[in-house]
Amino acid sequence: MLRYTLTRLLQGVITIWFIATATFVAMHAVPGDPLSGAKAMTTDMRHNLEVKYGLDKPVGQQYLIYMNNLAHGDLGISFTQKNRSVNDIIREHFPVSAALGILAIVFAALGGILFGALTALYRNKWPDTVIMLMVILGISVPSFVFAAFAQLAVVKLNSAFGISLLPVAGWGTVKHMILPALVLGLGTMAYLTRLMRSSMLEIVNADFIRTAKAKGLPATRIFTRHQLRNAILPVITVLGPAIAAITTGSFVVELVFAIPGLGRYFVQAVQQLDYTVIMGTTVFFGAFLVLMVIIVDLLYGLIDPRVRVN
Amino acid sequence: MATQLPPDVDAILPPGALEPLHSEARVQKITRPSLSYWQDAWIRLKANRRAILSLYLIIAMLAFTLFGPLVWRVSPSAQDLQQVSSPPGADRSAVIVPPYRPWTDAPPPVARGLTLAAPATTQYVRLAWAPLPGAVDYRIYRDIVPVHSESALGLPLGTTGSPAVTHYEDRLDLTPGTAYYSVVALNAQGVELPARETLRVEVDNAITVAEATERGLAAPNATLAIGDTVQYRLHPLGTDYLGRDMLARLMQGARVSLFIGLVAPLLYVLLGVAYGSIAGFVGGRTDQLMMRFVDFAIALPFLLFMILFKIAFGIGPGESGILPMVVALVALSWPGTARLVRGQILQVREEAYVSAARLLGGRTGYLVMRHMIPNTMGVILVTLTFAIPSAIFTEAFLSFIGLGVAPPNASWGSMSNDGIKTMLSHPHELLFPALMISITVLAFNLLGDGLRDALDAKMRSRE
Repeated sequence: MLRYTLTRLLQGVITIWFIATATFVAMHAVPGDPLSGAKAMTTDMRHNLEVKYGLDKPVGQQYLIYMNNLAHGDLGISFTQKNRSVNDIIREHFPVSAALGILAIVFAALGGILFGALTALYRNKWPDTVIMLMVILGISVPSFVFAAFAQLAVVKLNSAFGISLLPVAGWGTVKHMILPALVLGLGTMAYLTRLMRSSMLEIVNADFIRTAKAKGLPATRIFTRHQLRNAILPVITVLGPAIAAITTGSFVVELVFAIPGLGRYFVQAVQQLDYTVIMGTTVFFGAFLVLMVIIVDLLYGLIDPRVRVN
Repeated sequence: MATQLPPDVDAILPPGALEPLHSEARVQKITRPSLSYWQDAWIRLKANRRAILSLYLIIAMLAFTLFGPLVWRVSPSAQDLQQVSSPPGADRSAVIVPPYRPWTDAPPPVARGLTLAAPATTQYVRLAWAPLPGAVDYRIYRDIVPVHSESALGLPLGTTGSPAVTHYEDRLDLTPGTAYYSVVALNAQGVELPARETLRVEVDNAITVAEATERGLAAPNATLAIGDTVQYRLHPLGTDYLGRDMLARLMQGARVSLFIGLVAPLLYVLLGVAYGSIAGFVGGRTDQLMMRFVDFAIALPFLLFMILFKIAFGIGPGESGILPMVVALVALSWPGTARLVRGQILQVREEAYVSAARLLGGRTGYLVMRHMIPNTMGVILVTLTFAIPSAIFTEAFLSFIGLGVAPPNASWGSMSNDGIKTMLSHPHELLFPALMISITVLAFNLLGDGLRDALDAKMRSRE
């Protein structure tokens, strides 16, 4: 187990190194440099800025500096916001995204497991049809459309009741989190529902279910203890990629709901071509995702004895 | 009959006893027609009502894109300034009014409340009201939603400047429809007093003879009289915030969205098939090396490379980047397909029919092209159908955050982005592009489900 963990961690570090290198190479392969987009400047000014950001050195040396800084956890300084380090930006904005993401994941996982179990239980009856219809919709409608119509619905509800039931946008209280987390988790929930349903239906025919029935266990016990527990396992495996989907999905949701998270900041950096912020955030997101997938895989080994790696 | 049979045998057996019996060919006859894999799959697909309906939907969508602009010949970039943000089915008739003349004569005094001094048209709305108690000045508001006692009164239009002036003329960006005018009394310090009056006004379209002629709304030799009505141009799905025809823009947007949605997946699935089948077939160290590279390529951040390709193609922040979008999608999405195809090839490689073909002297190229790729085709086709909606989603997402298609070009994603800004007052501007994206993605998803059920027994979802 320890050896497996260490191997996975090493693989993760290599992946992050690769992402960082690819990002670095890509940034330097592009014509122009971070300063060329700025306002007209004299050669002296330009030279001073190049010295400040280390852009006057050869690319190889810049790469070493960048990697050295990265190894020390220093992601550099923003080009468009003077004297603000990328670390500061991440420290300030990531907790917001993380809070939103966790709520969305909880919502998606609970909803997915519940609805998936319901569809399997009422297979080919009306709850199955209705839920699967919603799932198809959830997969087919882009998140920004959901976000927009959720806002519209809340505005209409608020004006219909004459009181503010839920805030439409912004950040600060738990109430602010509900709507964006719901929208953010919806796509993943649809996907998990589908997965849970097929996993449940697969398990119905398993030997241990037949044994349980033969032993004369009550149906509810078979359902909760044998079927549900085993069906949840595949759902856990996809939680890693699901977290990835939710982090990338949060770009749009944060934009629409005006949430000061890292996703919205990243999109802004993209629009302003703030190179260090783009690079730093990319490496950070990459590392975060790699870590999440490793954690989920290890967790899976702990939960399911069959896949426990020696 | 080389050897002569002994005579006694002839005596035992009657003549003709050693003739072969008539063979019963019917026993082995196959009663059903033989079906190839694809014929069988097609029959199964045809039985799936949802998948077939989706197929029709996709064909309809393609026809809408390709032939729509031939039928609906309205320029997607032409502005109709008389009808900005008009919803579908909006009132298109306009009354011919005389050219505007300033309101110089004071209206007759009003007994009570707020009234209209003249019929309300988009040319002007003239209000007159009875003096309010304690008023030193009046402020006039206009709102597009009903005004409650608690809520705000809407857009402040101006003040009359004197308690003696109890009339007001509004000419500011008048749009047809319902408007709620409010008059609030102000005290000497300019603070609003509780005394107020609100009036619901139906504003009608109005146009002068000169304008109507200029915009070609009347027949060339027809004479227009004051009080006649003319019809504005028809926009079946309404207009957007710049007065551009939604239907024409949706058709133009469909070209971009479907182009990216179809071309990019096709290219990257092909690339993935080539890469994956080589890795799977060659095997060994080459395979290991190739798959390690895939592992890394999967981890590359999409958004970053999208930006980079855009810059590399020399496309500025405010310009459309359709080509970079396709390149980025192809460059970063193929590893998934490559992985899947490699796995399939590894499975198929061990099948008996491949070994048989190899024993019969089949060359590598023949084995791959004739046996392996056709036998993984089902999985590849299903991947392709699911890749299309995700590419359409990606295009919409990129255009939505301002990286994809930029004005004046349209795509469904960029139209949704525009529509979201005016969502509260004009929901149709978001609804139609969102509907197009959703219907297309839904159709491809359902078709993909159907194809998976029809083509691949192992991947078949349990019904």
